[in-house]
Amino acid sequence: MLLQQLINGLTLGSVYAIIALGYTMVYGILELINFAHGEVYMLGAYLGIILMGFFTATGVAGPGMSLALTVVFSAMFCAMYGFAMEKVAYKPLRNAPRLSPLISAIGISIFLQNFVMLTQGATDKVFPYQFGETALIISDVRMTATQVLIIAVSMLMMISLRLFVSRTRIGKAMRATSQDKTMATLVGIDVDMIISVTFVIGAVMAAIAGVMVAAYYGLVNYTIGYIAGIKAFTAAVLGGIGSIRGAMLGGIVLGLMESLGAAYISSEYKDAIAFVVLILILLVKPAGIFGRDIPEKV
Amino acid sequence: MILPAYLNTKIAKTVIAALLGAIMLLPFKGVLSSLILFAAIASVLTVISLSGKIRVPSAFSTIPAVIKRNKTCIALSLAGILAACPLVLNNYFIDVLIMAGIYSILAIGLNVIVGFTGLLNLGFAAFYACGAYTYALLNTKIGLGFWVCLPVSALLTSCAGFLLAVPALRLRGDYLAIVTLGFGEITRLILNNWDSLTHGPNGITGIEAPTIAGISLRDLHYYYYIVFGILAVSLLIIRRVEMSRFGRAWKAIKENEIAASTIGINTTKYKLFAFAFGSFWAGIAGMLFAAKMQFVSPESFTFMESVLILSMVILGGLGNTYGAVLGAFLLVMLPEALREMQLYRMLILGMGLVLLMRFRPQGLLGVK
Repeated sequence: MLLQQLINGLTLGSVYAIIALGYTMVYGILELINFAHGEVYMLGAYLGIILMGFFTATGVAGPGMSLALTVVFSAMFCAMYGFAMEKVAYKPLRNAPRLSPLISAIGISIFLQNFVMLTQGATDKVFPYQFGETALIISDVRMTATQVLIIAVSMLMMISLRLFVSRTRIGKAMRATSQDKTMATLVGIDVDMIISVTFVIGAVMAAIAGVMVAAYYGLVNYTIGYIAGIKAFTAAVLGGIGSIRGAMLGGIVLGLMESLGAAYISSEYKDAIAFVVLILILLVKPAGIFGRDIPEKV
Repeated sequence: MILPAYLNTKIAKTVIAALLGAIMLLPFKGVLSSLILFAAIASVLTVISLSGKIRVPSAFSTIPAVIKRNKTCIALSLAGILAACPLVLNNYFIDVLIMAGIYSILAIGLNVIVGFTGLLNLGFAAFYACGAYTYALLNTKIGLGFWVCLPVSALLTSCAGFLLAVPALRLRGDYLAIVTLGFGEITRLILNNWDSLTHGPNGITGIEAPTIAGISLRDLHYYYYIVFGILAVSLLIIRRVEMSRFGRAWKAIKENEIAASTIGINTTKYKLFAFAFGSFWAGIAGMLFAAKMQFVSPESFTFMESVLILSMVILGGLGNTYGAVLGAFLLVMLPEALREMQLYRMLILGMGLVLLMRFRPQGLLGVK
C-alpha cells in the first residue's frame, strides 16, 4: 500500500517536476511568473489526443511508434505556442511595471483555455489508445507501462536539460542572461534569442508531460492546465524558484506529498495540499530549498 | 545568432507571424480555418505596419479632464437616470443593473488593495464568498435578518482580509499574488467539501430577501434601490478615505515602499488596513449577492470570478474609483448586449487583457 502510493506519487511528481522546470527557467531569466505555462501543458495533452487519433486512424505506424511521433509533433506545435506567447504577451512589456506582464499572462491563460474549449468542446476527451497492461509486478506493487514511461522519460529530460544548461554554449548564455541581462548583452549575447530559447525549451517539456499524462489518465479536459500549472509552480517555489535542481526535487516531493496525503489524510482535499504547502513555504522560507535570499535593492 | 538579411525585413516577419499562427491553429481547427487565420494575421500586420505607430486618439485621453470639469453636473444626471431606471425598465434590465451594482462594489473594494496600494490580490472571490456565506448561514441557521447581518458580514469579511494579510504581507509582488490565489482556491475547496455546514456543491437555498418595516423587498425593482443606495454610500466613503491620510499613505506605498517608509509611513500597518478595508466591501457585495439570488453555491466564487473583478478594476484604470465602477458596468453589460457572442466572452476577455496591457496599461480613465 505505502509502496504503491510512493510509485504513484513518483509518477505524479515527475510530471510536476518537468512542468516546474519551465516556470523556474523563465523566472530565472525574466523574474516573471509565466502564468500561462500550465496552458501549454494542456495544449500538449490535447495535441496528444488529436495527433494520436490521426496516427492510429491513418495507420502510419504501430501504437508505440505512433506515441513517439505524437510526442515529437506535439512538442513541435507547443514550441511554437511558447515562442508566440513570449512575443505577443511578454516581449512588449519587458520594461513595464511588474503587474503588467502578470496580468497579460493571465489574459493569455484565459484565452488559451477558451480557445481549446471552443474548438474541442467542454467535455472530457478520451485518449484514443489504451496502454493499460501492467508492466511490472513486484509482490503486491504494480506499475503500468505508462508509469514506467513517465518516470523514465522525465528522468531523461531532466538529465539532458541539466547537461544542456551546464555544458553547451547556449546553456552558458542562458546562465549569463539570468545573472545580468545588460552585462550579457555587452559580452555579445543575443538576449532576445536566449529568452525565446528558454520559452521554447519550457514549452517542449510541458508538451511531453501533457502527452504522457493524457496517455496515463486517458482523459483530458480544458481546465487541467490551470491546476497543473499551480501545482508545478508550487513545486518550483518549494525547490527554490530559479534553481533547476530545485524544481526537479520540488516536483517529486510535492507529488509524493500529494499522493500520500490523498491516501492517508483526505482525498477530497487532495488539491488543497499543494496550496497549503505553497503558502507555508512562502511564509516560512520563501527562497525554497535551493534558492538564494535576494535582498531588496533601492 | 544573426538572422540573414532577407529574414529581417518587415514582409518576411509578417509572413512568418502569419505562418506561425496558421500552423498553430491547424491541428485544432483544420486546414480551412488555418488559411483564413493566415490571411487575417497577414492583413492586420500589414495594415499596422503601413499606418505606423498605433496611438490612442487624443480626444480619448482628454475624457478624464472633461469629466473632472463638469463633475457635479454629470454625477447628478447619472444619479437621476439610475434612480428612474426601475420605473421604466423590465425585470431583465433591472437584474443586469443590479449585478452591475454588486460588481461595482466589489471592484471599488478590490481597487483599494490593487489600485491604491499596489498589492495584487488574485483571490478576491474568497472574500466575496465569505460575505455571501456569512449571510446565508446566519439567515438560514439562526434566522437573523438582512440589516442585522450587514455589519456582521462586512466586519467578519474584513477580519478575514486582515488575517490573510498578516502573514501574506511579508511577501511582495508576484508571490503575494500567488498566495492570495492559493487562499481563494482553499476557500472554494472548503466550501465545496464541508457538507455538514455548507451543503457542498449543492449550496444553500432559501435565503431571505431584506425587509423594511416588515415589507419584503424581494421584488427586484425595490431591491435595486438598496443595491444602488449602498453603492452610493460606499463610493462616498471610499472617496473620503482615498483623500485622507490613509489614501495618501497607500499611494505612497504603491509608488515606492522604501521611500514611503523613510518618510515615516508605517507601511505594514497601512497595507494591513488596505486589505481589511478592501475586503469589507467584498463582504457587503457578497451579502447583496446572496440576498438577491436567495441561493449561494461555491460555483459562484471561482478563480475566474476573481479574474473578472480584477479585469474590471484594470479596464477602468488602476487606482481610479470611478474607473472601477465604469469597468464593472462595462464588463457586466457588454456580454448581455452581445448575446450571440456569449460563447466567446471569456476568449475576448483574455485577449482584451493582453491588448490592454500593451496599448493602454493605465485603463480607460487612468492617467499615465
